[in-house]
Amino acid sequence: MIPGTFDYHSPDTLDEAIKLLNDLGEDAKVLAGGHSLLPMMKWRLAEPTHLVDISRLSDLDYIKEENGYLCLGAMVTESALENSELIAAKYPILKDTSEVIADPLVRNLASVGGNIAHGDPANDHPATMLALNAIVVVCGPNGSKREINIDDFFLGPLWTALQDNEILTEIKIPIPKQYSGGCYIKLERKVGDYAIAACAATLDFENGQCISAGIGLTNVGPTPVRASDSQNMLVGTDVSDEIIEKASVLASETSQPVGDHRGSEEYKRGVVKTLTERAIMKAKNRALGGN
Amino acid sequence: MSFTINLTVNGVNYNDVIDTRVLLVDYLREKLELTGTHVGCDTSSCGSCTIHLDGKAMKSCTMFAVQADGADITTIEGMCQNGELHPLQEGFKEEHGLQCGFCTPGMIMTAADLLKNNSKPSEEEIRCGLDGNFCRCTGYQNIVKAVQYAADKS
Repeated sequence: MIPGTFDYHSPDTLDEAIKLLNDLGEDAKVLAGGHSLLPMMKWRLAEPTHLVDISRLSDLDYIKEENGYLCLGAMVTESALENSELIAAKYPILKDTSEVIADPLVRNLASVGGNIAHGDPANDHPATMLALNAIVVVCGPNGSKREINIDDFFLGPLWTALQDNEILTEIKIPIPKQYSGGCYIKLERKVGDYAIAACAATLDFENGQCISAGIGLTNVGPTPVRASDSQNMLVGTDVSDEIIEKASVLASETSQPVGDHRGSEEYKRGVVKTLTERAIMKAKNRALGGN
Repeated sequence: MSFTINLTVNGVNYNDVIDTRVLLVDYLREKLELTGTHVGCDTSSCGSCTIHLDGKAMKSCTMFAVQADGADITTIEGMCQNGELHPLQEGFKEEHGLQCGFCTPGMIMTAADLLKNNSKPSEEEIRCGLDGNFCRCTGYQNIVKAVQYAADKS
């Protein structure tokens, strides 16, 4: 399948890339790994007339801890995240997430920044970033830079707070406290598919009590869904099995699934409940020492 | 729009002016006549288009040739060195890892990347490593054996 015609630009610096986007306007699209954009272009669901390739901006590819945050450059590939020793040791929820995105070949090219900037509620990282209370760093014209809380980033299907002349350059995740744990569990019809539903859960404990919780849900709404009622139910408790059960029921009620070829609305709500239960349980085990 | 690309494929340098819309797989097959790389689904699922780009296995139907400007590419044609089959090619031959052969180049390219990063993979690691490559003929059993053959040989 062949896409519509377009001009191709491959800038050497971030400033050059942003200037291109600013000059070319809304018909220009950022191209990173291209594994969401190219399939859309080949189906002619997207017909940008200009592509600004940022894959050669090597200074956007890093995984580091700095000033209380894990900082992921936007061009970190899913493979790199999946195979990072730091991520496996301290942020297993990110490894859980990256390793269920598509397949190993796609993950070699797919970028974490793209998975978030694309704004598809079916992508996996958005829900995880909600659960982690991440901050999205965005660069714009004239050296401008702003930080957007993840809760303010996703506005609708394929619609984010990114302006046409801005590029997502980094994701910041607060470094977890001592008794913190997270987990991402996805149910898919077959390997490489989008989620029927998925749940990202994070818990922080102090003296055996949960002091904060994050729950994000994938592909059960027009944006990734934060299950706030479930979070509130868990905070201030010891996250007993009984409370996990109630929280997972609330998550299923908070979700807004649409019946489609991946299942009916009722089925998807059931999946949300089960996955939330399992994700909270595993997050708790990881937080309190275990796996 | 036309764009000039310079790249290396199987050790040979190429300089071409192409349309921006040309997919990498189509450039390799139609311009360079390296037809060992196949177009199966054209939707980034089946992996029959798998090649190595700058040392990483990837699906060439999901990249424009212009994105590969400056790249170092290996296709299935580049796996046999000095007339000697690559251990994976030998493995697919010895273990009957193919029937129609359509998925085979992609399987070999992905497996080569897998073995480069993990020289002694478990069966599960092989099966998971090949998640992005589909076979309609074999049921995968002998494909796994072929990869194990190559791993044992190295």
